[in-house]
Amino acid sequence: MKSSLFTAERVRALTTDTVELTLAGDTSEIAAPGQFVNIALPGHFLRRPVSVCDWTADRLVLLIRVVGAGTRELAQSEPGAAFDILGGLGNGFDLSAVSESVPDNVILAGGGIGIAPLYGLAKALARQGVTPVAALGFRNRADAFYLDEFRAVGCETLIATEDGSLGERGLVTDLLREHPSRNYVFCCGPLPMLRAVHGLPHLTGGQYSFEARMGCGFGACMGCSMPFRDGRKRVCKEGPVFFREEIVWEQ
Amino acid sequence: MGTVDLSVTLAGVALKNPIIPASGTFGYGREYAELFDLNVLGAFSWKGTTAAPRDGNPQPRIAETPCGMLNAIGLQNPGIDAIIREEVPNIARIFQGPVIANVGGFTPMEYAETCRKLEEVEQCAILEINVSCPNVHAGGRNFGSDAGAAAEVAAAVRRVTRKPVFMKLSPNVADITEIARACADAGADGFCLINTLLGMRVDLKTRRPVLANRTGGLSGPAVFPVALRMVWDVYEAVKLPIIGCGGVSSAEDAAEMMLAGATAVEIGAANLRDPYACKRIIEDLPGVCRRLGVDRISDLTGAAHDQ
Ligand SMILES: Cc1cc2nc3c(=O)[nH]c(=O)nc-3n(C[C@H](O)[C@H](O)[C@H](O)COP(=O)(O)OP(=O)(O)OC[C@H]3O[C@@H](n4cnc5c(N)ncnc54)[C@H](O)[C@@H]3O)c2cc1C
Ligand SMILES: Cc1cc2nc3c(=O)[nH]c(=O)nc-3n(C[C@H](O)[C@H](O)[C@H](O)COP(=O)(O)O)c2cc1C
Ligand code: FES
Repeated sequence: MKSSLFTAERVRALTTDTVELTLAGDTSEIAAPGQFVNIALPGHFLRRPVSVCDWTADRLVLLIRVVGAGTRELAQSEPGAAFDILGGLGNGFDLSAVSESVPDNVILAGGGIGIAPLYGLAKALARQGVTPVAALGFRNRADAFYLDEFRAVGCETLIATEDGSLGERGLVTDLLREHPSRNYVFCCGPLPMLRAVHGLPHLTGGQYSFEARMGCGFGACMGCSMPFRDGRKRVCKEGPVFFREEIVWEQ
Repeated sequence: MGTVDLSVTLAGVALKNPIIPASGTFGYGREYAELFDLNVLGAFSWKGTTAAPRDGNPQPRIAETPCGMLNAIGLQNPGIDAIIREEVPNIARIFQGPVIANVGGFTPMEYAETCRKLEEVEQCAILEINVSCPNVHAGGRNFGSDAGAAAEVAAAVRRVTRKPVFMKLSPNVADITEIARACADAGADGFCLINTLLGMRVDLKTRRPVLANRTGGLSGPAVFPVALRMVWDVYEAVKLPIIGCGGVSSAEDAAEMMLAGATAVEIGAANLRDPYACKRIIEDLPGVCRRLGVDRISDLTGAAHDQ
């Protein structure tokens, strides 16, 4: 972990509320897909946690969905704008878990902006000779993004939309049920989706990326601490990625 | 002017400079030790410790505010025995200066039990008794807002320790000097002022409080003038050393806190936004002292008061 300055290079609109933000800077602290960075924004006291979508030695790619003032400012950044970014934070996905299992049983499950870390993961898996199926869920056709990017990595891409305007009508869980032999999942999305996927009986293993409101993002404040099988864990430090076996649901 | 002497003495404990990370924002030092050598610090105050382990509150525990934040951690900590067993040896490896042991509790006896166990921890130089956490409910009795109850805790701790006892007081009271006086009479050696201010946020979309605990403690730059005023008042009322805490995020803020009466200064929420905040403030202090025309930072303490 270290803090360093990144410079916005390019903002590419993906949907009406989602952009791809490419930044130039030193990414040497980023070790695994599924890690995140914490971005300081002028005028906001707390940093904004954002998943690493993709990275090279001197480029960082983030996907930003606008939900409030902070994400709006990020999405509207002008080329050349400088950001104080703390990274790479959290554990990231554990790829060694896959090399031990049969490579063609892997499936990625992403909902909305949750697909961001799964893209970096898909690329890393492809480098290991594993091309997973990507099951991606969106509200509707206008909300869908990054499909061509997943296909370019070699992923077979399954799509579900809530209104059926693209791919199947339904949820990511429906896509997963239709591929019962794919029983190892990498999952990222809103909490209700994580919970629904975690409840699917045919999934015998997997890794789930969690979200929490964060005070620091690097393990110091206990702001993000939640109950897991072996006690409280910090989403920002022991997570954000947790194994299927560790997860318990609070209510 | 030559070099500036940053050292201060807090109830007999020598600190190489007055800057101390505040309890709950620095864990037990591990995370920050990855970023910089903790030995630049004057001291550090560890996460509030209770007799038994505590899970703390449900999620969410954090909300942003204008110029600050709310937290409702609920004193999550592994309990004093685990801390002495696992954290104390590690602290000795990453930091060789004095440690301030922040202690929470629910009865005077519980505070005393935890402090008695700390007697044997040599590196722990000062006990900081938190009678002011707004996020835990002590069975109806709030030690922080009741002078008699706060004094009972101070007296109970006084009986079991030879270490300096600093009472960390709540700002959520009508008259903080009354509580400070009661604690001083019960044997306290100093004060840490202040803990967080009670606050809350409501989510416009869900129409529900953002925090699961409903309310939380406000800290960050927003509370700086409140903390400063309370340091000022207690400095006038009681002749005991004060650790000023609340919204400090620059060396100038630290100097201002000292002018109002603080002997040392704790930095809390600023560490969460900028993990290098304490290091940066310490590096900036000599320049600020030179600008203020002092070559000993301890000369600032209380200098804003009439003689
Ligand atoms: C590990 C992790 C990875 C994330 N990855 C991405 C990503 O790749 N792309 C993306 O667009 N978003 C991501 N998010 C969500 C993103 O952090 C929030 O959307 C963002 O903080 C909202 O800020 P705001 O100012 O726009 O909204 P506001 O609602 O105004 O924010 C107010 C406060 O609440 C916090 N907050 C609000 N929503 C969330 C949330 N969902 N999770 C955590 N904190 C929140 C903010 O950080 C801020 O402190 C991630 C969150 C986490 C925890
Ligand atoms: C996340 C968080 C956790 C805290 N935990 C404790 C605690 O365990 N014990 C305590 O005495 N104060 C605790 N505090 C209060 C701080 O030590 C400090 O008194 C307060 O935040 C005001 O200072 P600041 O504005 O610099 O943050 C906590 C504050 C924060 C932000
Ligand atoms: S956000 Fe501070 S510990 Fe995770």
